[in-house]
Amino acid sequence: MNTSPRHIPWGALGPWLALLTTCLFFTTQSERFLTAENLSLVLQQVMVVGVLAIGQTLIILTAGIDLSCGMVMALGGVVMTKFAVNYGFNPYLAIVCGLAVTTGFGLLNGLLVTRVKLPPFIVTLGTLNIAFAITQIYSKAQIIPNLPPEMTALGNTFNLGSTEVSFGTLTMIGLYLLAWFVLRDTAPGRHLYAVGNAPEAARLTGIRVDRVLVYVYALAGLFYGIAALLSVARTGVGDPNAGQTENLDAITAVVLGGTSLFGGRGIILGSLVGAVIVGVFRNGLTLMGVASVYQTLITGILVILAVAADQMSRKGAR
Amino acid sequence: MNVQTAHYASPTASSPLVMQAKGIVKRYGQVTALDGTDFELRAGEILAVIGDNGAGKSSLIKALSGATVPDEGELLLDGKPVRFKSPIDARRAGIETVYQDLAVAPAMSIAENLFLGRELLKPGAIGQLLRLLDKKEMLAQAIARMQELKVGIRSMTQAVETLSGGQRQCVAVARAAAFAQHVVIMDEPTAALGVKEGNMVLELIRRVRDKGLPVILISHNMPHVFEIADRIHIQRLGKRAAVVNPKTISMSDTVAVMTGAKTVDELPADAHA
Repeated sequence: MNTSPRHIPWGALGPWLALLTTCLFFTTQSERFLTAENLSLVLQQVMVVGVLAIGQTLIILTAGIDLSCGMVMALGGVVMTKFAVNYGFNPYLAIVCGLAVTTGFGLLNGLLVTRVKLPPFIVTLGTLNIAFAITQIYSKAQIIPNLPPEMTALGNTFNLGSTEVSFGTLTMIGLYLLAWFVLRDTAPGRHLYAVGNAPEAARLTGIRVDRVLVYVYALAGLFYGIAALLSVARTGVGDPNAGQTENLDAITAVVLGGTSLFGGRGIILGSLVGAVIVGVFRNGLTLMGVASVYQTLITGILVILAVAADQMSRKGAR
Repeated sequence: MNVQTAHYASPTASSPLVMQAKGIVKRYGQVTALDGTDFELRAGEILAVIGDNGAGKSSLIKALSGATVPDEGELLLDGKPVRFKSPIDARRAGIETVYQDLAVAPAMSIAENLFLGRELLKPGAIGQLLRLLDKKEMLAQAIARMQELKVGIRSMTQAVETLSGGQRQCVAVARAAAFAQHVVIMDEPTAALGVKEGNMVLELIRRVRDKGLPVILISHNMPHVFEIADRIHIQRLGKRAAVVNPKTISMSDTVAVMTGAKTVDELPADAHA
């Protein structure tokens, strides 16, 4: 029984192996890769995608998908910066307004999925475009500079030994640990897995499936808002064109992290590893002098490979 | 088997009624699925419900388990009138239903499946507020329940998808038995199973009854019905045609009543239960 392959958590181990292989590869390709300075840079670059991927993981665990995450994040960033800079809101209040907008978008996604019974893919394809358009119209496609220091505080760094660590990176890690705990050790966390794994069985045991889904989409929206704050803090501006590479990178991170697109299976910490893999790829390829278009090309191939691996391991398990 | 059932006294006509339905009517548009059907479940028995397709068998079960609300008629639980608006209402009243399929979450562990939707929370205000799972207690209770019902599954932490079909059904039955206060309803529990696996589930159903829980068993499988039922409720044309005793009636007579080839009056007197 204990020798059964199901007892070896390949799903949890796979992402780490992939990360290790990737790091080894780039170490042989660039001597600047494996330095404390560079690795701390990777972690700082990863924080936006990492936090987006938390929300995305919650949704994918319910067997859904959210194509709108990056665009909703861009809208949140524009709202919070414009409210603070153009309308003179207290920066903290402006941040709360930004979070409210992204949470509202998540809620809208959730209601369309549960009440109107539309597939998540279609709903979020729609809200992807809606959020993008609103962002451009509202910001007049202009970057919002001159932010109050409170809005960029999470971009600041402190020294841990010789490495620079940003408060944003710590925020991301804290959020991952929190999400991991909630998913593993609370009743709502297990209900989320049940809804993704067997919605009908979940309903018959008395779990209110639709309510779980609405909460999940709204909560994911809140995470996109936090990602927006991190993005604003890191770049120092409100950028209506933010989130365009992060949108698919977040989905890539979740898939590379071993969460099944069929729902109900996966460990959220895997998404953090997945986000780091995506970050390492982009960083390593940049160090090797590969143009950004090719990075996107390679990330695309990576997603397909990861989904294929997921598909095949499921077949093997049956 | 005789050893296991030695302490079990066969239910008789004098056993108290646990669940009773009087004159239940259910219409779907022009179709009358239940035409004033009666139903009686006695303490400590396995009551099989059989009937041809369209006899109103599943409508009856849906009414008893809260899945549909009947248009007319009365439902009594322990002699008190009850009304179920949803399966959750029925469950709160102590009636658990085992569905033919879709009943378990395959990727989740056995212990998690047993407590799905009614997880045990850690004691104290923080445990209740944050809805923290008491995993240790759930695991301990899962092991105890499965031992009590003699379900031979070793690890409660293994995923349900690692089990055979029969073992999965045993998990579903054990869950119902663990939480039911009054009645367990089983909808075709052996339909998808092979011979050996089916027998395993039948054996478990017997143990549930011996624990003191009356069981309503819906089945198409006549040999299974005759093997474990104490009484058989025959549903026909939206009504209860007869309640018969499997020990004194032949299988062919039962099928004859079910299909209308024989009327109830043509049965021998001792066939009724």
